[in-house]
Amino acid sequence: MADYNITDTVDITDVVCPVTFVKAKVALEELDNGDILSIHMNGGEPVQNVPRSIKDEGHKILKLITNDDGTFDLIVQKAGD
Amino acid sequence: MAVDYAALKAGGFMRQKQKNTFSMRLRVVGGTVTAEQMSVIQRVADKYGKGYIHLTSRQGIEIPFIKLEDIEEVKAELAKGNVLPGVCGPRVRTVTACQGGRCCPSGCIDALDIAEKLDARYFGRQLPHKFKFGVTGCQNNCLKAEENDFGVKGGMLISWNRDDCIFCGVCEQACRSGAIKISDGEITVEQENCNHCGRCVTACPTGSWQGKSGYIISVGGTFGNAIKRGRELLPIVEDEETLMKLADAAIDFFDENANPGERFAKTLERVGWDQLENKFKEIYNG
Ligand code: SF4
Ligand code: SF4
Ligand code: SF4
Repeated sequence: MADYNITDTVDITDVVCPVTFVKAKVALEELDNGDILSIHMNGGEPVQNVPRSIKDEGHKILKLITNDDGTFDLIVQKAGD
Repeated sequence: MAVDYAALKAGGFMRQKQKNTFSMRLRVVGGTVTAEQMSVIQRVADKYGKGYIHLTSRQGIEIPFIKLEDIEEVKAELAKGNVLPGVCGPRVRTVTACQGGRCCPSGCIDALDIAEKLDARYFGRQLPHKFKFGVTGCQNNCLKAEENDFGVKGGMLISWNRDDCIFCGVCEQACRSGAIKISDGEITVEQENCNHCGRCVTACPTGSWQGKSGYIISVGGTFGNAIKRGRELLPIVEDEETLMKLADAAIDFFDENANPGERFAKTLERVGWDQLENKFKEIYNG
């Protein structure tokens, strides 16, 4: 069903707030506009807060995928400054 | 000359244990002090106090160690920088607020604007006992609304618009109350679990969730000798006019029913919470 091609992935399950968002932001900065990043994150605080922070930075959220192990993958398209 | 301590206290001069020495309380609204005010406060603390200020627990500023003979001079000096004296004793105290929607990404209401309006309406009004207002921008409750005799908390009345929704699933996870359920092209909200936090609105990437600001009101909170959490007597209030009418009703009820030296919670317990609740409902239902 995916109508997007993932350029890169980043795992932020090994860090805690607020580094979760920082790590995701750094990964996005390394991409070109229009590229798509998949952000692997934990449930709870990260999934409650990281999507909003990414949105506030102006990037485009395409999908939040729920995995069986309680983690999530947020699919984001990088936007220009 | 006899010193009128009651008048001094009413005017914000708090008697210190040191003879003829006062800690001067300043009027601060919603924890906001301008640079111009800060510079005059700094000068006065240096010249008439001991070169420091004290930040009170409710966002106030006091300048300790002001001498009795300097009081008039200090007041005049402060007035030049638009700094007014605060109050103490049985009256409406400092109105507190968080930064709310002006700065904070979570803010559902302009907390400072509401605080300024409440201050303009009631500050210093004489009552049977002290009366505190506090305004917090959202459910995160940084300003702790329920500590106050009249607490205001920002919330959002939410609605979902299917047209723009891409069913990404973000809102379902952003909601900490588990009130949102997404299944087969349909989104439902369990209204009884929705606490109006507005997180679905701020998290949604497509603007499918729309939120309208509202006010969640609590009454009868106190956190001094006795500790009581303010109670919500109504559902979320949708407009500012009703909010102000409710504030009027609460403060008039206190004025009419409280014994001298009795806090609002005590009055409500003695006279009956339902008395105020009925008045609130009349206003709420228009
Ligand atoms: S109560 Fe809400 S709006 Fe106010 S500072 Fe806290 S998070 Fe921000
Ligand atoms: S976050 Fe917005 S776009 Fe995503 S599923 Fe919820 S309403 Fe739809
Ligand atoms: S306003 Fe808050 S509690 Fe209500 S549905 Fe949205 S996220 Fe959940």
